[in-house]
Amino acid sequence: MTDIVRILIAKPGLDGHDRGAKYIARALKENGYEVIYTGLRQTPESIVKTAIQEDVNYIGLSLLSGAHNELFPQVIDLLKKNEADDIVVFGGGVIPEDDIASLMEKGVKAIFTPGTSIKEVISFIENNEKKNK
Amino acid sequence: MELGDKVLKGHIRSIGKAISCIENNRPEKEQLIDYLYPFCGKAEVIGVTGSPGAGKSTLVDKLIKRERKLGKKVGIIAVDPSSPFSGGAILGDRLRMQNHASDDDVYIRSMASRGHLGGIATATADAIKIFDAAGFDLIIIETIGVGQTEIEVMDLADLVLLVLVPGMGDEIQALKAGIMEIGDIYVINKKDHDGAQKLYAEVEYVLNINQSENDKEKNPIILTSANLDEGIDDLVKCYRDYFKYIRCNNILEEKRKKRIVNEINHIFTEKIISEVNQFLHIEKKINQWVKNILHEKVGPYTLINKKIEQFIKEFKEQ
Ligand SMILES: Nc1nc2c(ncn2[C@@H]2O[C@H](COP(=O)(O)OP(=O)(O)O)[C@@H](O)[C@H]2O)c(=O)[nH]1
Ligand SMILES: [Mg+2]
Repeated sequence: MTDIVRILIAKPGLDGHDRGAKYIARALKENGYEVIYTGLRQTPESIVKTAIQEDVNYIGLSLLSGAHNELFPQVIDLLKKNEADDIVVFGGGVIPEDDIASLMEKGVKAIFTPGTSIKEVISFIENNEKKNK
Repeated sequence: MELGDKVLKGHIRSIGKAISCIENNRPEKEQLIDYLYPFCGKAEVIGVTGSPGAGKSTLVDKLIKRERKLGKKVGIIAVDPSSPFSGGAILGDRLRMQNHASDDDVYIRSMASRGHLGGIATATADAIKIFDAAGFDLIIIETIGVGQTEIEVMDLADLVLLVLVPGMGDEIQALKAGIMEIGDIYVINKKDHDGAQKLYAEVEYVLNINQSENDKEKNPIILTSANLDEGIDDLVKCYRDYFKYIRCNNILEEKRKKRIVNEINHIFTEKIISEVNQFLHIEKKINQWVKNILHEKVGPYTLINKKIEQFIKEFKEQ
């Protein structure tokens, strides 16, 4: 039996919309993943702590407020500090094309901009899981 | 054993890994648990159950706050059902407990019920041991509702808070039928809602009917408003008194003994079944057996008895 994949869907930053995050969470659940959802306005510290306690394989950061250039790398750094950088981080939300390359360079493994179909997110995870085998 | 030693030191990442090891039923699970076992038995375990939306997670959040003030390390295991269709789950209990996300002495772990071989109760029992060995003073388990599974999970607790809310008539019916007697302390949450006093009276009435005179003091009823943080001090005092009571009267010891009996039975049954399955190759033969039953009109008892007899014979010869 293979391990069930666990994913933290987290919303850092100050925006108060979690429709997108909840939609992703439901879709991932329907694909057989266990999704931990923690609600709005999480700090990078609380996200990383949650990810470690829940021993997730992935963190999906959802952000509409535009603070991704600060918050995403903070999450990555904290994971490193806590010997947890094997946890894969991906991001979604309103993220300008220009920012994507530098975020990926800092360690975000995928960025999904608005309009991305959920299938892409799922195949990203599936492909990544295959690689790990 | 490296992982075990790190758990004993309370290393957060290792506790997380250890629980995953159990959840995924990895081969090293047994060794890990038995390594930690001698260090278990110090923690108090509280179960919190009730319908979805009753306010259990909100209540747990407030209990954590009180216990942290007393300096206790608190571990929480929040169990939610897996989807029977996809096997996935959304685990949202900790959403209500994120106030404690930056506190190192609060560890929250969400668990999906999955299709565990030994049932979610076995996995929860092992997760409790990990927290216990890691030095958590209090462990709170949250589960939903009143199925057989939940009752088994609640059997792992030293005391159970059954959370009821006004406007859910089914629960009173269940109480009357004796289904919900798993509660040691009855919490009527959402006392800010209409009908809380009425529910209080109903619960009191039902408990009175179901219990003998000297049982009465054992099942207190407490009114709370978890989201308003009201009635929580009463509740904490109540379960502290209850702990004292069950300690002094050996009730706790008996409960823990009964738990070991259950655990032995669980593990034993699980192991025997998988041994027999392997020996008889049941998976391969099951279709043939179905044919026997369908076409030759062999009764299922006759068939199984014959197979077991055969198994015992072959086993002895081996
Ligand atoms: N009015 C009122 N709402 C409450 C109370 N306790 C919890 N809630 C709300 O009830 C909803 C469900 O709470 P939650 O703790 O998630 O319930 P659970 O499913 O039993 O864990 C949330 O919106 C809470 O804010 C209470 O005492 N009064
Ligand atoms: Mg809950």
